Amino acid sequence: MIISARGLRKEFTVSRKVGRFRRERHVVSAVDGVDLTVERGELLGYIGPNGAGKSTTLKMLTGVLTPSAGEVSVCGLEPVAKRTTLARRIGVVFGQRSQLWWDLPLEESFSLLRHIYRVPEGDHAARLKQCTDLLGLDEFQRTPVRQLSLGQRMRGELTAALLHGPEVLFLDEPTIGLDVLSKQAVRTFLADVDKRGDNTVVLTTHDLADIEKLCRRLVVIDHGRVVHDGTLDELHARYRSRRTIVADLDNPWPEGLTLPGAVVTAVEADARRVTLTLDGMAAGEVVAALAQAVSLRDLSVQEPDIEDVVARLYRDES
Amino acid sequence: MADIRDTARVYGRVLRAQVRSQWQYRTSMVLEILGSMVVNGLDIATVFVLFSVTGALGGFTGTEVLLMAALSAASFTVADLVAGSADKLREYVRSGLFDSLLLRPLSALLQLAVITFALRRIGRAVQGVVLYIVALCVADIPWTVERALFAAIVPISGAVFFASLFIGGATVAFWWVESGEVANAFTYGGRDFTSYPSTMYGGWFRDLFTLGIGFGFVAYFPSLVLLGKPDPLGLPTAVAWGSPLVAVVAACVATAFWRFGVRHYRSTGS
Repeated sequence: MIISARGLRKEFTVSRKVGRFRRERHVVSAVDGVDLTVERGELLGYIGPNGAGKSTTLKMLTGVLTPSAGEVSVCGLEPVAKRTTLARRIGVVFGQRSQLWWDLPLEESFSLLRHIYRVPEGDHAARLKQCTDLLGLDEFQRTPVRQLSLGQRMRGELTAALLHGPEVLFLDEPTIGLDVLSKQAVRTFLADVDKRGDNTVVLTTHDLADIEKLCRRLVVIDHGRVVHDGTLDELHARYRSRRTIVADLDNPWPEGLTLPGAVVTAVEADARRVTLTLDGMAAGEVVAALAQAVSLRDLSVQEPDIEDVVARLYRDES
Repeated sequence: MADIRDTARVYGRVLRAQVRSQWQYRTSMVLEILGSMVVNGLDIATVFVLFSVTGALGGFTGTEVLLMAALSAASFTVADLVAGSADKLREYVRSGLFDSLLLRPLSALLQLAVITFALRRIGRAVQGVVLYIVALCVADIPWTVERALFAAIVPISGAVFFASLFIGGATVAFWWVESGEVANAFTYGGRDFTSYPSTMYGGWFRDLFTLGIGFGFVAYFPSLVLLGKPDPLGLPTAVAWGSPLVAVVAACVATAFWRFGVRHYRSTGS
């Protein structure tokens, strides 16, 4: 296995003002005993609500933060002790922390990184060409990074993280804030990276589409603990997450109306919008029954929200 | 050895990229360089005016005091050029940008020095060194080979000493982001202290700063060695010759403290 963590824990001391001068200090566990193993070539989705400890875990795996307790090994190295050796073997994209030189053209960042990571010229050119083709970097390689759009910059960051041929790629919310097209470009690119199988990828995200398209395996964490480790289907099955139908109606929803196989969970907008949660029946049958009962103006079927699943997960735990 | 040269070349490239970045705003940079040279020039003029009035200070003649002031200035301005932006660490810690330094296969400390390198400080460093050379020429120095070597080494060791202070002061930010100007009391305060003969100060204050913190080994003791004078305060001349070693000790302490600090880096959310 290429990543292993056992009983990984990170505590922060937080001090809070009490009265005018006194401060109360207490210890908060951002990561509270995480066990995790990742095999070479896997693409792992590491998900959880804000503040769950995702980024903190990633920072301990990459040698940025020193764990408070537990054992961790990445590429057979202890991240903090062997930080610079490990840095050559991993690639990292932290959405908010650019690896690029703000005032210089994108291509100069790439050439600087080649020297920093001491990549042979041939390897560098080959990898850069691959990324350029897949991510369409040609149009903006000569533009200073500060003038790039967020989507363009993220494509630059991904390239920067891959140029030294890392064994493991850590991506912290690589699609956050991107427009639909850029999101798709990033996803397609990552799917391609995954297909080639040269890199192990650990990805944190809030985007359900990222997870569905990319992650065969999901590790869900909340309050610093792993609450699920398995596939997305297993997650939905385990927590009975259900799809919902949102229907806009021509006339107000008749009070007290019920449909077999679905539960009315909300009636809004002067009773002209109704939300039904599927309960054991296929969406088609419920929609057919709905169309018979009321006059439909518009209708959408929504996939279960991963955040809801996670929220439910945590309620079950406690 | 070849490896060290390669590594140095990598930092050189990153440094040049940094300068190129700053050069994007060249008008502002040129004005800043000129501005700081004018300010520093006035500082130097103050020293001359002071000597022309008093003639002697703390038992030393004008040119002797000038040597001390110039050695202090050269040491400080060179350290300021190399490590003076270390206090920017505060911003990197506060914003979490320090993460990206730790993700590269390079020393975080040297990266910090390189990426916060401020070209505008180069004017002052040149002035400081020139002033030192002038002071060496006008002072009454009984030149020997040893003294010539010593004269070449001490501004460097003095710069190392000040750089250690800059780094040590900046490292506090790992625990105390709002450390503000506390560190400056030692760096800028140290520059002012070392500009004058230690004999000028009195009592425990003098002993603490001259020997305790080691400011005496930046300019005062080395100048006595160059001038071939015994220390009126009684430090043996052989110890004064060892002034550069104090800088080595300071550098070791500062880097150990820095390493300790990096392990306490907390980063920020997300």
